Amino acid sequence: MATELSTREAYGQTLQKLGKERKDIIVLDADLSKSTMTNLFAKAFPDRFFDCGIAEQNMMDIAAGLASCGKTVFASTFAVFAGGRCFDQVRMCIAQPQHNVKIVASHGGVSVGQDGMSHQSIEDLALMTIFPGMTVIVPADALEAAQAVETAAATPGPFYIRMGRPKVPQVCPDDYRFALGKAATMRPGKDVTIIAMGIMVASAIKAAQKLAGEGIDCRVLNMATLKPIDREAIILAAQETRGIVSAEEHLKHGGLGSAIAEILVEAHPARMVSIGLHDRFAESGNPDELLKKYGLASEDIEGAVRKIMERRGQS
Amino acid sequence: MLRRHIINITGRAGSGHPGGSLSAADIVAALYFKVLRHNPSDPKWRERDRFILSKGHAAPLLYAALAEGGYFPVQELETVRQINSRLQGHADKTVTPGVEMSSGSLGQGISFGIGAALAARLDSLPYRVYVLLGDGECDEGQVWEAAMAAAHFKMDNLTAIVDRNEIQLDGWTEEIMNLEPFADKWRAFGWNVVEINGHSISEILDAFEKAKSFQGRPSVIIAHTVKGKGVSFMENNPEFHGKAPNPEQVKLALKELEK
Ligand SMILES: Cc1ncc(C[n+]2csc(CCOP(=O)(O)OP(=O)(O)O)c2C)c(N)n1
Repeated sequence: MATELSTREAYGQTLQKLGKERKDIIVLDADLSKSTMTNLFAKAFPDRFFDCGIAEQNMMDIAAGLASCGKTVFASTFAVFAGGRCFDQVRMCIAQPQHNVKIVASHGGVSVGQDGMSHQSIEDLALMTIFPGMTVIVPADALEAAQAVETAAATPGPFYIRMGRPKVPQVCPDDYRFALGKAATMRPGKDVTIIAMGIMVASAIKAAQKLAGEGIDCRVLNMATLKPIDREAIILAAQETRGIVSAEEHLKHGGLGSAIAEILVEAHPARMVSIGLHDRFAESGNPDELLKKYGLASEDIEGAVRKIMERRGQS
Repeated sequence: MLRRHIINITGRAGSGHPGGSLSAADIVAALYFKVLRHNPSDPKWRERDRFILSKGHAAPLLYAALAEGGYFPVQELETVRQINSRLQGHADKTVTPGVEMSSGSLGQGISFGIGAALAARLDSLPYRVYVLLGDGECDEGQVWEAAMAAAHFKMDNLTAIVDRNEIQLDGWTEEIMNLEPFADKWRAFGWNVVEINGHSISEILDAFEKAKSFQGRPSVIIAHTVKGKGVSFMENNPEFHGKAPNPEQVKLALKELEK
């Protein structure tokens, strides 16, 4: 097992590595390079790094202008600002023209912790997946984050990648290969499928291990690519297991749970329970306390799985 | 010539923005037929000068210039705002040859232009970037974010042109949101400022020359213009910001423009 690393640290290191090989890579930040970790690239390649100051909307359109002239542009800030503040800029100049801009936003979700509501992005995935042609990725650990960034750099078109603030345990195997648009099976199982992304993958695995002791066999899928989502894996899970639990560090609306539900309703109606923020903003606190208070802990996933097993018994 | 197209385009569609297209017609004509280094048969030529229409509602003017410039047949102007057309209500780079940026949401052009100008510098290419914006558009905070950044990055290959027709959608700019002292604002943000009569071709061309030779700072040309220029009943008339002429008015306007 590698030492714990945050996904944003993995981003910074990968950018620095890519910068050596790819002279067409330009990096922009909005006065948060020490937090998004683009400062590693800035130090190594000062000529290809532009700090745009605290002006995120301006930054997104500069990114688009550079991309329109053939550059591969990474633009970083906090997820709250990338998603919310720049919605129109991303819409007009990045998503619709399909510009080669990779928005890599750090500090996604409530695990931002003590900075509180203003800095906890719980809507960004709804805002970014809504755009036609936008690829959206939420890596589960540093290993996957690094590979997702490499994939984005090698794939033309707009990307939104959500990184997190805290250090996270490695959940992907050492020989893991990130495949864009494909769910990764973290654990096979036949009773209930837990579909998670980001830091919730670790919690899903933990919940599955606990439930195994009770004789409940959970499949765990890591849905790192939220868009385009792996439809087949979802339908297969609905066919082969008794129901689905989705788990995300985001509002229930407009994120992973909604995307899965849309597919199930059309293709294979199944029991489903979604774990996410239920129509509310969060607050300051330690990440673990927050995850617990807002129903995003591994115990909550366990409860959701049991609910599906019980409902089965009743029918 | 461009003005006649603008009247025909908006008249035929029954909607669109004639006022701000007419006010900037001389500026855009000067750019496409005198200033820009471009190649209509190769719209993606890497070294072309970029013209970015930040005030995307002046699409009729841009389309007229592109058609007359040879990017697509003049006849195609008849399809503006119609279903299945390459000529959308506001400029859309994904469908129209020669359009550099999708616009229609005001305030974004200079930012995009900075990106294109930075790319020129990084690649040591000689092209220049021109951005046309409205004066009302300068209410947008992003315009000033971009103004600050362009000066900070010393973008002397970037020229902004503000169509200072003193009218925005709801009325006169000085009543809706006071812009003055306008030139001082740009100077304070670190720009080289050139003020001209935006209907004098010689002053326009002279201003572009000045902007080109100015080093170390971006230039802004504040072009004093008349909204609706060339059509008496549209001139200085906020009504014709976003209202198309009816068939009667089209006839009258075309007659006036023949002179
Ligand atoms: C962000 C945004 N807000 C509002 C509008 C609606 N709108 C279109 S044109 C216009 C007035 C523009 O005035 P100005 O920039 O002075 O343009 P001009 O007079 O040159 O036509 C407005 C408010 C818009 N297109 N984009």
